[in-house]
Parts: sequence; structure tokens; C-alpha cells
Amino acid sequence: MRARIRTARKAMVLAAVASLGAGLLAGCADDGKDEESSSQGGNGGKTKITLGLFGSFGFEEAGLYAEYEKLHPDIDVQQTVIERNENYYPPLVNHLTTNSGLQDIQGIEVGNINEVANNYADKLVDLSKYGKESDYLPWKWQQATTKSGQTIGLGTDVGPMAICYRKDLFEAAGLPTDREEVGKLWAGDWTKLVEVGKRFKAKAPEGTTFLDSPGGLLNAIIGSEKERFYDASGKVIYKSNPAVKAAFDLTAEAGEEGLVGNQTQFQPAWDTTIANSKFAAMSCPPWMLGYIESKSKPENAGKWDVAAPPKAGNWGGSFLAVPKSGKNAEEAAKLAAWLTAPEQQAKLFSKRGSFPSAQAAYDLPLVTDAKNKMTGDAPIGQIFAPLAKESPIQVIGPKDQIIQQGLTDNGVVLVTQGKSPKEAWDNAVKTIDNNLEK
Amino acid sequence: MATRHDTAAAPPGKEGGAAPARPPVEAVPPEVAKKRARLSRRWQRDVRWSPYAFVSPFFLLFAAFGLFPLIYTAWASLHTVELTAPTDMEWAGLRNYTRIFDDDFYWNAAKNTLTIGIISTVPQLMMALGIAHILNYRLRASTFYRVAMLAPYATSIAAASLVFVLLFGRDYGMINWALDLVGIDRIDWQNEKWPSQIAVSSIVIWRWTGYNALIYLAAMQAIPQDLYESAALDGANRWQQFLHVTLPSLRPTILFTVVVSTIGASQLFGEPLLFDANKGASGGAQHQFQTLGLYMYEQGWVNQHLGRASAIAWTMFLILIVIGIVNYVISRRLRASS
Repeated sequence: MRARIRTARKAMVLAAVASLGAGLLAGCADDGKDEESSSQGGNGGKTKITLGLFGSFGFEEAGLYAEYEKLHPDIDVQQTVIERNENYYPPLVNHLTTNSGLQDIQGIEVGNINEVANNYADKLVDLSKYGKESDYLPWKWQQATTKSGQTIGLGTDVGPMAICYRKDLFEAAGLPTDREEVGKLWAGDWTKLVEVGKRFKAKAPEGTTFLDSPGGLLNAIIGSEKERFYDASGKVIYKSNPAVKAAFDLTAEAGEEGLVGNQTQFQPAWDTTIANSKFAAMSCPPWMLGYIESKSKPENAGKWDVAAPPKAGNWGGSFLAVPKSGKNAEEAAKLAAWLTAPEQQAKLFSKRGSFPSAQAAYDLPLVTDAKNKMTGDAPIGQIFAPLAKESPIQVIGPKDQIIQQGLTDNGVVLVTQGKSPKEAWDNAVKTIDNNLEK
Repeated sequence: MATRHDTAAAPPGKEGGAAPARPPVEAVPPEVAKKRARLSRRWQRDVRWSPYAFVSPFFLLFAAFGLFPLIYTAWASLHTVELTAPTDMEWAGLRNYTRIFDDDFYWNAAKNTLTIGIISTVPQLMMALGIAHILNYRLRASTFYRVAMLAPYATSIAAASLVFVLLFGRDYGMINWALDLVGIDRIDWQNEKWPSQIAVSSIVIWRWTGYNALIYLAAMQAIPQDLYESAALDGANRWQQFLHVTLPSLRPTILFTVVVSTIGASQLFGEPLLFDANKGASGGAQHQFQTLGLYMYEQGWVNQHLGRASAIAWTMFLILIVIGIVNYVISRRLRASS
């Protein structure tokens, strides 16, 4: 009797230990299995395609998933979004390295595309068969194509930069307000922009600066250069590249002259300077218009306008890549190609303001007729399209983001805090070199 | 449930000895004896090995999430490894450690960790002591105060830090607004060295003062009342009582909180990370409040140099061991003197 009770007890303990252990193991188990079971479970035999994205691609908000599911009733599209790319990219790198935990489609920012193309091309599907090369801007296509000719990502949006300016503040300072005339003020040369800034400052309304921040200006100038931080062979040349130094010095000059606000972009304080109309102009890609709109007071709608920049350049933009390890890689590639096709990009632009990287979209009415609340009647689609085509084919490198952040956040911003341009440059170089050294 | 009569102490014998009464020995048939022997062997095995099974979950988890990372980090610190290819290791010997000697950013971070540690820990513990002393008096609604003291500790670092970032804002922050009202110039809390360190420290102080106060309060309530009475009879006023009765009795507790706060300060990470206006891990444009924890994170996750980050992690570990040894020596000395 006693023995039986003891065996029963032992069995119970064993069962408890086993179930605990199983729980532990399940916790460690491969993510893929969970997805498998859920895709077979609740969705009635549909093929589930998952997207891992960052920031706001806006596919879901623009209704593109619903549209695709209607066109393909056997497909179920799901997305997970992480807000900031800084938090999205490191785990993506881990997942790519270990080839597990990946979604069927992964978004990749332009700052990282080169690193991914260099390191992980063998783990990603060649999308050149799915997307049509002639649809896209050549430089955008090239950025995601490896030396061996594999296209690892299809371009979603691009960020051709124009100069957004406040008509009321320009008028108050005695500058022209018509977008053609304004564009002519600085056409062809960034130093002319700074000269206009000095003119603005002479008669500026109390408490306003010409540009929003040193980082924004440096970004814009460097974004219009063909060669920036790396040369074509992949060598880091930011220190010796005269274009980078010139951009830095010009921005530093603007900082010393007090032409830029002493702010860091995308910080709460910077947001407040938008709301309180503290600056007259900023370099802005199309997506920035949406940002301005979200931070502005309603009474400022229509007070903005968009003029051509001194030189065309690009800021931001992303790609969709398809890992080979996905169970539905084939279907995922088709979805990625559909999402980045000209028609869908045009829809996305009209609803979300992400400017198409597919140049075939530029003639579609959704783009040519596009308007923005902040800029009134300005035909933004027609303003940005030529700029996107003129953008240089930039040499990009794996650590572009670290170098650029070093130059702005550990560099030129110091000038607005009273440091000399030389101190700022030295601080930036020291930081960047330490960050690059393996 | 099965009660194990064979293990429970038998009731004492009627004749009143302390020794338990034993049943009279009788002859046992061999098969029963065999069975009993088997059971008894099982029973011994059970007694001997079960405890290990019961404590094993902790040690298994520790091995997986504590020991393995420790050893792997040590191994990685001897290599040049990038986050983009963690399996692709290139032997670097002690290079990752020796380079620390002329790595200005490391020493800057070490200095910041020390100064922020002092600015945050010293006022925090003194205030905690004072608050505990006040709460030790009979007060109305004392439970309310005690709960209120602990509220910051229960707040998430992220939420608290974000609120503090707003408070310490240069252009639109409430603290600068208040300073402005009383005629003091606005302070650039994020970009200047000492203001930024004080601001980061203030988040730490806000969060941990109540926690330490409660620990002190618990220790104070364990001090016998007669000590205070006899001190009062000897003519000691309240301040003298605090100095000569409360403080000496609290010595071990104070040592404990100092050690815990020091360890916390040496690992400070979340507050400076979220206080950064650039939202990077560089701890300000000129690294003015970058701590060692933040520097390690920057090297490993932002710059993707796992080897360097591992070496930094190990130096931090060694620093903690030194702190532990110092603590041991001091507490032994304290015990010897009392």
C-alpha cells in the first residue's frame, strides 16, 4: 500500500518536473514551429506571410494588405513593426546570422542596405526576377544589388530633398516667396543657401533662425554628394574627402553665424520649434511634410512652400528583402514585388507621403496631382519627381550611419553650443574612429 | 496525502523516557526482509539525491543564462568579433584589454561612472537616513508615507527617465522655467558636463531614496527602546541620540545599502541611455555622461564590436569583484570592532 502511494507520488513529481522542463524547452524552441502551427490553425489553410518592419512603412494603413488579400484569397498578410530602426536592425542582424527568427519579408533601411548586401546576400532571395528593373530609379536598384549581380531588396520609398520654407517668415525678412524665385536664390551651390541665411538673419523676426538645426543642413549637403564616406573600393575616406570637410565647414559656419537653431532633429525640443515657428526653412524629403504636419499648429497650414534645393540629394528610404529560410519565400517575394510596384507606390504616396522609388509611378495621376495640407497648392509630386531622378548614384558603405551620426550628433551640433569648428571636427573624428575600430 | 509514519518521530513511551519506545523485535520472513531492504535502499537514494533535483532548476538556469554567457564573453573578449558575424572569430589575444589603457572613451566613461555614482549615492543615502529617522517617529498615516516612499521604486526606469528628460529640457523644461522665475539663467542640462551628470543622478536619487529609507526604517525599528531611554536619562537630546544610538546600531545596514548602491551605480545604464538628446548610446555629444555600461552597449550593439564590448564587460566584472573584496574587509573590521 505504502509503496503504491509512493510510486504515485513519484509519478506526480516526475510529471511536474517533466512539464516544467518541457515548458523551458518550448521557450527555447525555434520560433518557426510556433508560426507553423498557428498558420495551420486559425486561418483555415491560408498561407500566412509575415512582414517585419520598422518605423512607418504604412502598407497596412494605406490598405494594401487588404487589397492583396482580396486579390489572393489564399494569402494572409501579417506585420510586426518596431518603432525605431536602431532597435530593429541589431536583432535583424542576429536573425540573419543565425538564419532563424526571420519574418518572410524584412524591411531594410538604406543606411544598412550595404552591410546586408555585403554580409547576407547568400541568405536572401534574388529579387531581380520578381521586380522589373526598368520600373525603378537606377540608383535605388543599384544600392540593393551586390557586385555579383544579385538584387537583395526591392526599393520602397526614396527621400529626394527639397527646401521647405515658411512664406510668411521669408516675407517678413524681405526675401521672395515664390517657389521659383526662392529656388533661384541658391540654385547650384550650398554656400548660396548660407548667404541667403545671412540675408534672412539681418531682418529676421525676433527669436527665429534661418534653418532648423545643424544636423539637418549637414545631412542635406552630404546627401547631394556622390562620394561621401567610402570610395568605390570600400575604403573609409570620410576624413580625407574634401566634399565631407567642405560640408562640415559650411555647416559649422552657419552654426557660428547663428543661422541654424541649436537643436537635434527629432527631439521633443526640436518638435516644439516646428510648432512655435522658430525657423524659416529646412531641408525636407517628402516624408518630412507629414512630420511637419503632425507637429505644426493647425493655423500654420498653407504657410509652407517647397523650393528646389541647391543640389539634388537623397535622404532615407527603404527596401524589402525576402530571406531564403522562409517557408513561403516564393509567395513572399511575389508580395514584396507587388507592394513595391509603381501602382502601389503611387497609392502609398497619395495616402502616406512616402515618395516612390519606382520612377514609373511619377507619371501616374496619384503622384502628379498630389498636394499637401501644409504646403497648400504646391504640386509636390511634380516638384520632387525630377529631384529624385537627379539624385546622384551615391557610393554607400556599411557604416554610413555611424559616420553620419558622428558628424552630426558628436560634431557639428557642438558649434551651436559655443565650441569652435575645429574642436567639433576633432571630437567627431575621434568618436567616429573609435566607433569604427574593430 | 501519504503520511510517512516510518519517518515521523514515534510518540514517547508511556513510562516517560525521552527515548522513543521501540516495537519488540520479531522474526521477519526473508521475502519481506528483502522487500524492506529494497525499499530502504530506494529511500536512501531518494534522501540523498532528491534535494539536488529540487535545487537543479536554479542551477540549470544559472548555467544557461549566467555561467555560459560569462565564459563565452571571456572567450569573445580575446577575439576580434563583429555582431554581423558572431561565429567568425579572429584571435586577438589580450589586445582588447590592452587597448583599454589608451582608450580615452573608456576612461572618460569610468570617470563619469565614478562621479555620477558619488553624486547619486551619497545624497541618496543621507536623505534616506533622514527620511527613515522622521518616519520612525509616531506619525499619522505612517503607512501612507511608507507606501509613497516606495512608489518611485515601482516606476519603470524608462517612464521615469522620459519624464525627467522633459523636466530638464533646455528650452521648454519645467526646471529651467522655475529657475528663470527666480532670476537664474537657464541651464543646458543635457549638453553641459556637470548639469547633465547632476540631472542623471537626480533620476537615480528619486528612484532609490525611498527604497533605502525603508531598509533603514526596518533596521531602526529593531533597535531596542531601552537604549534610547537610557540615553535620554543620561541627558542626550534627540540629535545626540541619533548620532550615538541610531547610527552605530545601523552600521551593518548602512554598509549593506552602500554596497548595493555602489554595485547599482557601477552598472548605471538605463537612465543615461534615455537621457541622451541624440538618442544614441554616446551619452551626450561629448560623451559627458556616458557610463561604462553605456559604453559597453555602444561598442557591442551600436558599433557591433562584440570583442571590444566583451572586454569592457569583463573589466566591469573585475571592478565589481574589487568592490566585493573591499566590502568584505570593511565588514570584517566592523564586526571585529563591535
